[in-house]
Formats: sequence, C-alpha cells, structure tokens
Amino acid sequence: MSAILVVAEHAGGRLNPSTAKCVSCAVAIAAACAPQAAPIDVAVLGAEVAPVTAAAAALGGVRRVLSLERAENAAALAAVWAPQIAALAPEYTHVLGPSTTFGKDLMPRVAALLGVGQVSDLMAVQTPHRFQRPIYASNVLVSVELPAQQRVVATVRTASFQPAPAAGPAPIEARQLQVPLPGHTRFVARSPVNAGRPDLQTAARVVSGGRALASSDNFQLLYRLADALGAAVGASRAAVDAGYVPNDLQVGQTGKIIAPELYIALGISGAIQHLTGIKDARTIVAINKDADAPIFEVADIGLVGDLFQVVPELEQLIRARRASAHS
Amino acid sequence: MSRSILVAIKRVIDFSVHVRVKPDGSGVVTDGVKMSINPFDEIALEEALRIRERGLADEIIAVSVGPADVQQQLRTALAMGADRAVLVQVAEPLEPLVIARLLLALVQRHQPLLVLLGKQAIDDDNTQTGQMLAALWDRPQATFASKLELDGTRARVTREIDAGLETLEVDLPAVITTDLRLNEPRYVRLPEIMKARRKPLDTLTPAELGVADTAAVMRVLEYRTPPTRARGVRVGSAAELVAALEQRGVL
Ligand SMILES: Cc1cc2nc3c(=O)[nH]c(=O)nc-3n(C[C@H](O)[C@H](O)[C@H](O)COP(=O)(O)OP(=O)(O)OC[C@H]3O[C@@H](n4cnc5c(N)ncnc54)[C@H](O)[C@@H]3O)c2cc1C
Repeated sequence: MSAILVVAEHAGGRLNPSTAKCVSCAVAIAAACAPQAAPIDVAVLGAEVAPVTAAAAALGGVRRVLSLERAENAAALAAVWAPQIAALAPEYTHVLGPSTTFGKDLMPRVAALLGVGQVSDLMAVQTPHRFQRPIYASNVLVSVELPAQQRVVATVRTASFQPAPAAGPAPIEARQLQVPLPGHTRFVARSPVNAGRPDLQTAARVVSGGRALASSDNFQLLYRLADALGAAVGASRAAVDAGYVPNDLQVGQTGKIIAPELYIALGISGAIQHLTGIKDARTIVAINKDADAPIFEVADIGLVGDLFQVVPELEQLIRARRASAHS
Repeated sequence: MSRSILVAIKRVIDFSVHVRVKPDGSGVVTDGVKMSINPFDEIALEEALRIRERGLADEIIAVSVGPADVQQQLRTALAMGADRAVLVQVAEPLEPLVIARLLLALVQRHQPLLVLLGKQAIDDDNTQTGQMLAALWDRPQATFASKLELDGTRARVTREIDAGLETLEVDLPAVITTDLRLNEPRYVRLPEIMKARRKPLDTLTPAELGVADTAAVMRVLEYRTPPTRARGVRVGSAAELVAALEQRGVL
C-alpha cells in the first residue's frame, strides 16, 4: 500500500502556504494510486507546534498530523530535522517537501540518508512514480520515472499546485522519536519578517522592478503602485544585486517562483532566468522603454514607455478607480 | 582535518545560451553550444581562493565528475587560482546522489576543512549535491550562502532564504553551497592560463574511488519544450493599460 508524508514548513507559529500546496500534490499522487488507497500524513517538527498542527489538520485530504516536538527542533536545521524525517520514512512510499528554500535545504539531506535520489521541483504527477519537472530554468520539461519499488523523495514546485482546501480536522498524533541529533550546526539569527505587506510568494498581484529603477529611493514609486493595487513587491536580480531591495524580493531561477493573477514588470528586460519565476502568472504586464525587450514576448499587455512617467499615472488611475468604486 | 578546500565544478551549457530540445525529444542540443563552469561553482571557487588569500587555507582542489571535456573547465579553475584539479572521468551524466558518493570518497582522501559547491547547477536545477554530500559525510551544511566568515574551527554563514537572511554557525569541516551574492568571481588573465597548464590535473575512475555502482536510477522518458504564451496586446498609455486590465478581469 502507498502512503504519503508531507513535511510541513512553518515559522513564527504559522503554517507556510507551501504546505497546503504540497498536500495538493500528495492528493494528486493518491489519485494516481487509485483504486489503491494512499493516505496522506503531515509531519510538523518544532519546539512547540500546537497552532501549526491545528492548521495542518484543517487541510483537505490529510489523514492525520504527526506532531514531533523537541527543543532541538526550534529552528529548521536540515542536519537536525533530516534524521527524524528519515526515521519516519519507512512507513511511507512518498516523502514530499516544498521547493522553497526550506525544502530545498532539507529534502536532499533526507533523500541521501534514505539512500535514494530526489525529484526536484515536481510540477505534475503522471503516475505514482512518473513526474514532470522543469530543467534549464524551465526552458525544458522532462518526464522522469523511478522504479516502482523505490521510495520517492521530492520537492514540490509550489507554483504548479493550488492550495488544498480546508476540511474537517484530521487527528493530531504526538510522536517521540529516539533519534540521536548532531550538535554541529547552530542557529544564530534570522532577519525579521517584513510584516504589513502581502507576501510575494502567495500574493494575487505582484509589482516588480528591475535595474531601471536605479535606486532604492525610486523603488518608493513602485511601492506606492503596489499599495494602490494591494500587491506584493518583487524585483529582478539586477535590482537586488545593486542593493535597491532585499534578497527576499528576487523573482526567478534563483529567487522565487510565483504564480500571481497579475504580474507587472517595470524596467525589467526579461532574461530567461527572470522569466522562469513568472511562467505561471495569469496576466503579465510589461512596461519598458525598449520596444525590443524580451519581456514583451511573454507579456499579455505591453506598454512601451518610460516607467518614471507611466507608473505615477497608473497609480493615480487605479486610486481614482478604487475611490469611485467605493462611493 | 587538513587546511585544504575542495571545490566542486560542473561543466554546463553557458547561461546565455537559449537551450533547445532535440526534435526527437531525446535530450537537448549540445552540439556547437558554448559550455562553461556552472556560475554558482565559479562563485564557490572564488570564495575558496579568497579564504586561501586570507591565510585560512593552504590548498584549493577543484574537483569535477564528467567526461574528458571537463578538463577544459578544470583548466579554467586552475587558471583562476586552484592549486590542483581532480577529474573523476565518466561517460554518462551521473545522478546527484552518485556524485555525492564520489565527492565523499574524495573528502575521505583529502580531509578538507570545507567543501564548497554551487547551490544549484543551471542545467538540471536540482539543488541537491551539497546537501547529499553533507548527509553522507554526517557533517554540517549551510546552503545558499551569501556571506562566510571562518575562524579555524567554525564557520559563520549568512544564508539567503525566502524570508530574508538567516545566520548559522557550523563546526568544521562542513559543506557550504553558494548563492549569487557571495562574491564576484575574478577574471582569468592570460599569464594565469599559461601557468595553469603546468598545474596537476589528475584523472580517476569511480572504481578507483571505491564507488562501483554509478548507474542512473531515475529514467528520463521525454524532453519537451514548454507551451509558449499566446501573443499579447500593446497599449499606448496608462489609461489604455487600465482598460486592458479591466477587460481581462484582473482589477
Ligand atoms: C546563474 C544566474 C542566475 C540568475 N538568476 C536570476 C533570477 O533569479 N532572477 C533574475 O531576475 N535574474 C537572474 N539572473 C540575471 C539575469 O540574467 C539578468 O541579468 C537580470 O534579470 C536582469 O535584470 P533587469 O531586467 O532588472 O536588468 P536589465 O537587463 O539591465 O534590464 C533593465 C531594463 O530596463 C529598461 N529600462 C531602462 N530605463 C527604463 C525606464 N526609464 N523606463 C522603462 N524601462 C526602462 C531597459 O530597457 C531594460 O530592458 C541570473 C543570472 C545568472 C547567470
């Protein structure tokens, strides 16, 4: 019988939305196993995980949530978490984590402890052992197949899956694992969560800026447009490298892969490494003064123009539209 | 633990090449295509060189697993400043877990202070090898590094994560994988290329490293080009843009 384990991602007592997407992927694998049953469990590791386990238990399709509380689990250190997940793995045919920096760090360590390879960035389930994934910055898609008897360890490309809907709570089961943990890796610090703004990874709308913004001051222009739209802010690598915005705003092959309803690219040329990150956006808008910029090849709506002129106009129009809708 | 640093180098299609699938879907076109060191590995090598220049390491060993052609990239690594290079020569591309086993065997030979690898290779985008090596070696890993400070027995590593930056402290020896903003790799100068010709480049087989089974487990059934987006519209002003957005129902 098949059984699927999803490793939950969480921070600050909140379940990361990537987990609901992994559960969706697990549901797709379970469907491919039919008529054989393939129950889905979610493992939550941490020092104190009560609010997180409750959130995980509310995800549709989950059979039960395993709560693995241990003081050493306070920070998500791959070297500490991996042996515990590997200890749970024998009960499962599939072990999934999100393809976020959390899962990318952790899951290969789990796979190696289990002596198996990993399917990275799983984007579609073809059979319980055959999956589609992107390579070459998503310029090529491959179907990969594992032997039917091999345990599958995978990271899930979250932009390819909708979050699992809420459902009746699944039972939560506390587990104590007798696994020796290393002390060679220590958590020191993490930058504070930048609260108040929509999260880039899950926002329905994203306004992104490139090298053309030319300074962090100019990014204020973009933040104001984002506020008018209720959008998150993103950036190209060039804008991050130049220090206009912090690294967590980078979109692309080596940044975040996102799937918003609306993506507005301002002064971004459209290098393949950037486009990788926005392939799943529903509507892409590009504003660029170079009519030949590659971004226009993927844009649903293109405007050739100077962003410093167009963006304030756009912000005014959107604010005016919102005001009239409210009156 | 010696005072050496092992740097893993992968030969990949250059980042500027638009990669195309072969018409029969059996792979991607590599004939006549520019090949380079994986950009993240170049950053790993640059960091190792800077650590040596600060006097915290004595020897930088560039290692690669691949066909004989990889010698070209290893010569570039030597020209950048690596002291010597090791090529584990294989005919077929290997899976990350097998590469990690081969790297582990090299780690056992050289007992390095650090193993530096790129966080991902821009061909397969797997993001696995460093973490797998750390697991097999039972040593710390610090992935996606954007800053690295060493003090002889420990490393303090700043990592680029989705939520911003995270700092870890790890005991040495350790595995560190590099992100884009760790450094800017130096350019190779002509005299260095000449000098690099005389630096040692050893070739080994997996069997000589005690890794008997290198066969691929994951079968790639098909390569295909992803669907392209339908052609979009051009608008001439902010007002037209708002109208187009309204028409698409996204406002
Ligand atoms: C290994 C590797 C990984 C990478 N990963 C990523 C990644 O994850 N994400 C990423 O984004 N990049 C990534 N890159 C970098 C990528 O190749 C590009 O260099 C980068 O995306 C360019 O950023 P940009 O579009 O902001 O800058 P540019 O390419 O310099 O483009 C600036 C654009 O602004 C336009 N412009 C200038 N002034 C104005 C104005 N006043 N109004 C309107 N338009 C204007 C110009 O016409 C131009 O098109 C990676 C590269 C490598 C090698």
